[in-house]
Amino acid sequence: MKRVALLGMPNTGKSTLFNRMTGGSARVGNWPGITVELLSSKILLGGDMVEIIDLPGIYDIHGFSEDEQVVRHFLHDNVPDLAIIILNATQIERQLSLLLQLRQYNLNMVVLLNMADEAKKFGISIDTAKMSASLGIPIFLLSAKYGNGYQEALQSVTKALRYSTPGMAEELRSQLEQDAHIESEMTRVLQNSVQVPMRLPDNLTTHLDHIMLHPWLGLPIFFGIMYLLFQGIFILGQPLQTGIGDLFSWLREAALTPLLSGLPAILQGLLLDGIYNGVATVAAFVPIIILFFLFMAIVEDTGYLSRAAFLMDALMAKLGLDGRSFVMLLMGFGCNVPALMGTRVMRSRSLRLLSMLVIPFSLCSARLQVFIFITAALFAPKSAALVVFSLYLFSFAAAILTALIFKRYFPNSEPFVLELPPYRFPTIRQMLLRGWHEVYHFVHRASKFIIIGVVFVWLLTHFPATATPAGPDTWAGQIGSWLHPLFKPIGITAELTIALIFGFVAKEIVIGSLAVIYGLSGHALSGALALQLDWVQAYSFMLFTLIYTPCLSTIATLQSESKNTGFTLLSLIWSLAFAWVVSFVFYQSARVLGY
Amino acid sequence: MKTNSLTENLANLVAGESALIQAIHTDDALRQRLLALGFRVGKHIEIIRKARFSGPLQVRIGTTDILLRRNEAAKIMVEKL
Ligand SMILES: Nc1nc2c(ncn2[C@@H]2O[C@H](COP(=O)(O)OP(=O)(O)O)[C@@H](O)[C@H]2O)c(=O)[nH]1
Ligand SMILES: [Mg+2]
Repeated sequence: MKRVALLGMPNTGKSTLFNRMTGGSARVGNWPGITVELLSSKILLGGDMVEIIDLPGIYDIHGFSEDEQVVRHFLHDNVPDLAIIILNATQIERQLSLLLQLRQYNLNMVVLLNMADEAKKFGISIDTAKMSASLGIPIFLLSAKYGNGYQEALQSVTKALRYSTPGMAEELRSQLEQDAHIESEMTRVLQNSVQVPMRLPDNLTTHLDHIMLHPWLGLPIFFGIMYLLFQGIFILGQPLQTGIGDLFSWLREAALTPLLSGLPAILQGLLLDGIYNGVATVAAFVPIIILFFLFMAIVEDTGYLSRAAFLMDALMAKLGLDGRSFVMLLMGFGCNVPALMGTRVMRSRSLRLLSMLVIPFSLCSARLQVFIFITAALFAPKSAALVVFSLYLFSFAAAILTALIFKRYFPNSEPFVLELPPYRFPTIRQMLLRGWHEVYHFVHRASKFIIIGVVFVWLLTHFPATATPAGPDTWAGQIGSWLHPLFKPIGITAELTIALIFGFVAKEIVIGSLAVIYGLSGHALSGALALQLDWVQAYSFMLFTLIYTPCLSTIATLQSESKNTGFTLLSLIWSLAFAWVVSFVFYQSARVLGY
Repeated sequence: MKTNSLTENLANLVAGESALIQAIHTDDALRQRLLALGFRVGKHIEIIRKARFSGPLQVRIGTTDILLRRNEAAKIMVEKL
């Protein structure tokens, strides 16, 4: 099968084009370094199946960071039949250098000048015919986001694929070093084909940045935006979640219980109290997940993340990190796994490891589900949103403290140089794609972990058969009482301990397993929790959940990204010990203060 | 060329000032990255803003805005306009 690779600098719209060509849902974001892995998809092009490959961005062909190496290895091991080179038309003046470098590899190429819509707004005019003639490569203007020029681009790609592929000439490598040559070549090509106005017109980005990056207001605005976003998710999402939870309970009473009444009691228990209760409780969170990722998609796509890096870099420098580490912490709010992988854009290994040590403290969407459920059960509706926000602050604090403690073991002097893209706004289509992608991901995880998890919990809480369900004589009860000395000082009951053990696998299971342990779901479960716990215990439980290891996938990612078992163990043990100490200090002080 | 032109490092410029890049004194890896971002000798560079607490600078070269720390900026020599 013929292979087509998408190549270009970071943040030029490669993933956007990939999605348009393949109908895929590669993650798109206005941040240089969203894509750090290869992604491929097969499509029918000109009557043949063709494999399209989305690659991480590269600044130049000898880049040193890990994501750039991914591209180099790929090009070396599988020379594509066609390389689509994507350049940002508004930055053609500098991005041409990458094209000239790549040209020396003798690849079969088509060049797409993307973001034609923005170039037009900036008053940049490009004569693609002239440019194409002076380079001897087909060149087209395109707007991958809105689709202008797409059909022509696709035709030329189909046409170019018919030609045979020249190989990659290794001996040309030495020539690549000749930057002076590239520079004069750039001037030659640009001279008669590109016109850029002397001064860019003041645009929306300039005006917005006056406010967003204001010397004194910038940081307060940042925290204000965060607060409003999470308040929004909470206020919109929580009623939806309870509503769906109630719907599931009703479905159980109205349909499932009568339907399954013929089955043996034990099987009924496993199906209804185990799997159904557990899965329904977790499934009720789907609307919150969608909402959360829609908001994330908007924030990522606006380009505000780079602004956050600008605002926070000075503080991050004091912690031995940099602005990009901070952005990865923010991305970790969605899911820690891609955030950990996002550190590949860093070249210094120490900086990468230190960032990977702090990212797991980022309050991911799975932990958010636990917090939303517990706060709704134990706190007044008015204070619930504030309680959740306080956990976000704790999440930052845990990351900061960890960096302060460990920074001396991970010293680095990595330069911080980052592109600041203009503000952009996602199209409805982009938002829907992202929302759909996350739901798919969630359901995928749910079917993998959650069902197995809740079945296990059910077995542990119902066997040996002689014991009262969920009582002290069941296996779960025994484990609980065995761990009791460890968890009693932090106010965590035996039931919650079991939930925490399963939460080690994935945080989505925590509430599901509580549903199984109590044999209740939705409102009834909240009621039972409120009877058994006071707010101090609940908060201590949430602190522990926030700080200890997020999930098995995170541990696996820590291992595969660091390739260092010692480091993975350090992260694991540190987070467990840290979680215990924080909960202990909180719980005991609250009790001493008389709460 | 102006007679009162000054050679300075980029970190010393204040927001709103412009300059021409004269030399880049960094290691090769960072040099590569800076070249790709448009830092080339003779190019016009403008300081857009500087973050508080000795934070990074925002500079503009052509149509690209770039953030860089003062440490890195100090390695770039410019001629103030
Ligand atoms: N205005 C405009 N924005 C675009 C276009 N193509 C992509 N973008 C935006 O540019 C940003 C980077 O896109 P992405 O596909 O993630 O780039 P990649 O890093 O090269 O994969 C996102 O905010 C996109 O929405 C385009 O044609 N016009
Ligand atoms: Mg991408």
